[in-house]
Amino acid sequence: MTLAMDLGPVSASAAAKGRSKIERRMMWRALLFVAPAVLLLAAIYIIPVLVLAGFSLTDYQLGALSTRFIAFENFVQAFNDPVFLRSLTNTVIYAVIVIPLGVFLALGLALLVYNRKRSRAFWEAAYFLPVTATLVAMATVWQFLLHPSIGPVNAAIKWLGFEPVAFLSNPTLLIPTMAMIGVWQILGFNTVLFLAGLTAIPKDLYEAARLDGARHPFDRFFTVTWPMLGPTTLFVVVTTSISAFKVFETVAVLTKGRFGSETLLFDLYLEGFEYSNTGYAAALTLIFLVIILVLSIGQTLHLDRKVHY
Amino acid sequence: MARIRRFLPHLVLGAGAFIVVLPFYWMFLTSIRSPAEIFDVSLWPIPKQFDMAQNYGRAASQVPMLRFMLNGLIVCLGILIVQVATAVPAAYALAKLNFPGRKLLLTLVIAALCVPIQALALPLFVGLAKLDLLNTYFAMMAPFFLSVFAIFLFHQSFRSYPDEIIEAARMDGFSEMEICWSLVLRGSLPSLAAFSVFSVVAHWNDLYWPMIVVTDINLAPPPLGMLFFSDVESGANYGALMAGAALITAPMIVCFLLARRHFIAGITMTGVK
Repeated sequence: MTLAMDLGPVSASAAAKGRSKIERRMMWRALLFVAPAVLLLAAIYIIPVLVLAGFSLTDYQLGALSTRFIAFENFVQAFNDPVFLRSLTNTVIYAVIVIPLGVFLALGLALLVYNRKRSRAFWEAAYFLPVTATLVAMATVWQFLLHPSIGPVNAAIKWLGFEPVAFLSNPTLLIPTMAMIGVWQILGFNTVLFLAGLTAIPKDLYEAARLDGARHPFDRFFTVTWPMLGPTTLFVVVTTSISAFKVFETVAVLTKGRFGSETLLFDLYLEGFEYSNTGYAAALTLIFLVIILVLSIGQTLHLDRKVHY
Repeated sequence: MARIRRFLPHLVLGAGAFIVVLPFYWMFLTSIRSPAEIFDVSLWPIPKQFDMAQNYGRAASQVPMLRFMLNGLIVCLGILIVQVATAVPAAYALAKLNFPGRKLLLTLVIAALCVPIQALALPLFVGLAKLDLLNTYFAMMAPFFLSVFAIFLFHQSFRSYPDEIIEAARMDGFSEMEICWSLVLRGSLPSLAAFSVFSVVAHWNDLYWPMIVVTDINLAPPPLGMLFFSDVESGANYGALMAGAALITAPMIVCFLLARRHFIAGITMTGVK
């Protein structure tokens, strides 16, 4: 009896020691598992962001012999730089066209496609095609399609009896033209997101709305579909605005920034990598990053909610 | 009236789809037409003269188009293999093991999701230039070796794997490596497929980063090669140009049409482009 009493605590502490040994071994193993990811996270994200912030406070030029600390001069210069301000304005105009069209056309398409039983897969595939296609190649195709004399779009415009439109040489039309290509590219992506949102709406809500007197499909849309799609719509708006602010390929192919058609990323590319104004480009990059982060907050909240589910 | 209401959605969808698909059709049609038909704007699918061989031949000889595609393949596969190799163990540890700093790492991963490559390009470029690594496959792949999105995605999916099975496997003498790669990952194959699609499509189509680190045309991936090709041709020969565009877009489009479900799942589950 006493023997057993004595043995009890001893074996328990031995077991605890054994368990903590196993736990410690498991902990080391876990650290080993995350080590490559942690090292890469430091090398690709953490250190570069710090270096970027450092660059932005200097007049560093890649290959230059001396570098000075100039505090916030780069940021002051940015907001007095007509090219940067123009690129910012252009990007905003681009976004203002792409966001509403890209979101509401996609919502309309999703509503139409959702009720097609047999042909749904076909429509989905057709509208999704531009999402997978290489944008650089397709921008080259658009350049041809919109060509003033040999492009079929202008041929159709002339056939309808109008004057041909200089989509790609009239400076005021450049950004809207690129925005149209942007809408063309993102439409299928957003449609699929809305379709997923529509599928998640419980069917009995529609039945309940019908019993409550929402007889017309429009009534049911505004009482059930639109409120239930709220989170999806927010998510689509955020992703669309992020990709709108990253527009680059269409500019690189269609105009190369000529006729004052630079966008944010294209100006950044020119300053940082063509003219090697590293310090100044770092400041512009930080401005770009802040815009993206502000837009991303909505997106992260959405992801975060998924984490806690 | 009822009939119109039944067909109206199809009519609207059809008109929209016509505009969406037109560039693809026009690209293909021009790529098999002779350059003499350049002023012919009809959409009639059968050209008067088939010049498919000439156009595609020119696209492949004027610039190393097949080399571009091989470069794209090497870069995409290299990136994907390292991404999976680094993200899967990390995600497994985050989801199923205990270690100090776990919460912090997860927070950093989610924070990094918001940072686009374009924001990191400048310091990474300077670093690679200092190490004399510009114009290499390594430079094209390195920034993408870690996919925080992959870690996030696998972490989500590994968490639902039953702990009892992991415990039982440990009792049976399975190592953590074996549990991670052959048990837990096997339970998340759809996520792996979707992520692979997402990664390959994103890097096959990427222009920004290769344009920064590659000036040697022999290393160019398809988008950079296409940009170079369109500058060289500059509208002189649309047949060959469209043949080049068709060659570059074809792999993704063919894969998309063959595995439509996986593609749509892979690209849209992200929202992160």
